[in-house]
Amino acid sequence: MTLLRQRLAAIDSTRGVWVALVITLTVGGVLVYADGGSLFHQSSIVSMLQRAAGLGIVAIGQTFAILAGSLDLSVAYVISLTSLIAAETMAGSEGNVPVAIAAVLAVSAGIGLANGLLITKLRINAFIATLGVGLLIKGYLEQGYAGPAGSVPTSVQRLGYDRIGPVPLSFLLMAAVAVAAWVVLQRTRFGHHTIAVGGDLDVARLSGVRTDRVLIGTHIICSICAGITGLYLASRLGAGAPRVGSEGGYDLESIAAVVLGGTVLAGGRGGVAGTVGGVALLAAIDTIFNQLAVDPFFKQVVRGVVIIAAVAIYALRRRKAGRP
Amino acid sequence: MLLELSEVSKSFFGVRVLHEVGLSLQAGEVHAVVGENGAGKSTLMKIASGAYQPDAGAIRLAGQAVSFRGPREAQAAGVGIIHQEFNLLPERTVAQNVFLGHEPSRRGFVDRGAMHARTAELLASIGADGLSPDATVGRLGVAQQQIVEIVKALALDARVLIMDEPTASLADHEVQVLYALVRKLQQRGIGIVYVSHRLAEVFDLSNRITVLKDGRLVTTLDTAQATPEALVRHMVGRELAHYYPPRATQAGTERLSVSGGGNAKLRGIELRLCSGEVTGIGGLQGSGRSALARALFGAQPFTSGQVLLDGRPIRLRSPRSAVRAGIAYVTEDRKAEGLTPRQSLLDNALLATRAVRPQWLGQRARAANARQLLAGIEVHAAGEDQEIRYLSGGNQQKVILARWLAMTPRVLLFDEPTRGIDVGAKAAVHDLIRRLASDGAAVLMISSELPELLGMSDRIVVMRDGAIAGELPAGASEEDVVGLATGTRAAP
Ligand SMILES: Nc1ncnc2c1ncn2[C@@H]1O[C@H](COP(=O)(O)OP(=O)(O)OP(=O)(O)O)[C@@H](O)[C@H]1O
Ligand SMILES: [Mg+2]
Repeated sequence: MTLLRQRLAAIDSTRGVWVALVITLTVGGVLVYADGGSLFHQSSIVSMLQRAAGLGIVAIGQTFAILAGSLDLSVAYVISLTSLIAAETMAGSEGNVPVAIAAVLAVSAGIGLANGLLITKLRINAFIATLGVGLLIKGYLEQGYAGPAGSVPTSVQRLGYDRIGPVPLSFLLMAAVAVAAWVVLQRTRFGHHTIAVGGDLDVARLSGVRTDRVLIGTHIICSICAGITGLYLASRLGAGAPRVGSEGGYDLESIAAVVLGGTVLAGGRGGVAGTVGGVALLAAIDTIFNQLAVDPFFKQVVRGVVIIAAVAIYALRRRKAGRP
Repeated sequence: MLLELSEVSKSFFGVRVLHEVGLSLQAGEVHAVVGENGAGKSTLMKIASGAYQPDAGAIRLAGQAVSFRGPREAQAAGVGIIHQEFNLLPERTVAQNVFLGHEPSRRGFVDRGAMHARTAELLASIGADGLSPDATVGRLGVAQQQIVEIVKALALDARVLIMDEPTASLADHEVQVLYALVRKLQQRGIGIVYVSHRLAEVFDLSNRITVLKDGRLVTTLDTAQATPEALVRHMVGRELAHYYPPRATQAGTERLSVSGGGNAKLRGIELRLCSGEVTGIGGLQGSGRSALARALFGAQPFTSGQVLLDGRPIRLRSPRSAVRAGIAYVTEDRKAEGLTPRQSLLDNALLATRAVRPQWLGQRARAANARQLLAGIEVHAAGEDQEIRYLSGGNQQKVILARWLAMTPRVLLFDEPTRGIDVGAKAAVHDLIRRLASDGAAVLMISSELPELLGMSDRIVVMRDGAIAGELPAGASEEDVVGLATGTRAAP
């Protein structure tokens, strides 16, 4: 009985965003319908899920960094870089695909490692360290590339477009990443230690947690997730693009999705389920506004309001629960 | 020898805080370590448990030379510690906290069933079955958190267990549980280092006592051969007979009164605080003592009833309104509510006065006043610019006292004012409280230490279950207080 209640309480902390999602879809559905369209038409659902997939994978990675009390601003540039590495290594040939995937994973893991080492060993603030690494990659990309490069074989491009019923393959990929992340956070020692490090670094250290390793690990996971997104975007575009990450705003959007999902920016509390909800909410808002064809400026205003409102509600609820 | 520290030295930022200190521990021995605030007790314990590395000196464990690069290595070698400050994650459950860093796992996954069962077992083994392994730690009271802290150390299966002021936040009956536990561990052959300011505990439990002063080893004595007087002389370097300052000779005028006060945690509170008087608040942990102080300070305001300050109705909606009305509050949880850890000692002392008066007004005079107060209560630190988180626990407490004294408050609320404070300073704080009262302030003092409560109070109000169980005059006995607090005796 107590276990059940505990479970419910655990769900409760990330439930808010799902409630918001249902409300948004209902209100949006009515608005779109009144406008003469349909939000639940197959094509809009597909576009919603596709939007969610790319951001979702990055945001799940970002959840690890944020839960550990850190943050990664380099993800957008990692995405651009890995999309290029993928497309250029494949160079239109299917035989190169395994090498390309390996290269993407290795490079992104390397960047994550660099971020983690800067933060733990040189004790550079995560904001500055990952921003610096991001700018470094940006410089490299701007110097080396003017536009799209490389090419992705058509069989791989299918990953970007194929679907089972209304569900795109890419969305299934995200779902798989989400489930894996959930298992890691809930069921492994690394996951427990991640939350402990974010909750209180000193407590974790004095309890015998290898805090540096944990922080580095979360940054590697975060970067690899960005790399996977880079792969996915390359498959959609058919080529690598030097600005696909930054133009997509994946850095700040992923952080916004995590926070929308109820994970505390300071770390130590939250989880993947909320992040997926946050991503879905952002995708729903996007799709609704696209369908309504309103001013994109207005769309940004609404997203801003939603994010602020969400965080304010979380803060209020916590205060009500009597915790600072 | 199970554990042997020899010639251990340590400096922080060029200031030497330990000078070639030695300490030895046998299996099945309880070795008490005592000394004034800032003597270096916690630092020595942190070195023994791997949290700090010594600058010089050696550590031997069961004859083997060891050097711990971190707490993890010390734990693996069988050295566990209960730190002076809480080391728990408020957002996580009891079981998750207890096994943090060494979660049982099966095939790469955390074995939550085993974790839960082991935690329940450990809780039961120290008679704390009432505590659920699934409870969220942040929702527990201080005493229960202390129990979690103890269980966390037990879960390590340590050969050496260091306890740094484990009873500071425990009530008397919980202290008894801890005693039993210490004796049980002792029988199992575990060596225990026991740091405490409560000399009675030291004499009850220990086989040997080591005294530190100013980072140096003064002496190590067999407890059987020691007397409290001798021990105090070693600690403070002079004779010190602890007596409580004389009580108020006449009742003062009414300063603050509450009628029908209530909120989520309190009901039907009728209370009078008079200038010149110390009103003691007794009761068990969780009986609403701190809730009462928090209500009077506007931190968790009364939702019903009326409060009069100097005869005028006043609404205490927030701590700010209370501070402006001249009410000061020294909280029970120093780390979470008392300090701005990264600010200097002087900034911390000036916090309250700066909050209510414009920054530019009387800046210098205020700083000078704060310095004088700090000097008056003998804060032991490298300098006024030192970040307060680096001060020893007892010295942090003194800075907080200075902060509120700087406001010359009309009403003072003390929640466990001498927690973690050494004997010499304790007498000074008691004198100070009494002096504030005779200067006209109304003092409310919550204390779990019965001798302190009885020795200091002009009246004792005892609480039970969020209400006032009764009032006792000065001169009441310990039995009277306990009887009222537990409900086994009716109000006189
Ligand atoms: N991390 C640190 N950095 C700088 N100074 C420190 C640090 N830790 C402790 N000190 C200083 O070392 C001295 C000894 O502190 P310690 O905490 O060991 O005292 P203590 O004997 O445990 O006192 P208390 O009874 O108040 O707990 C103090 O002067 C304190 O200011
Ligand atoms: Mg100490």
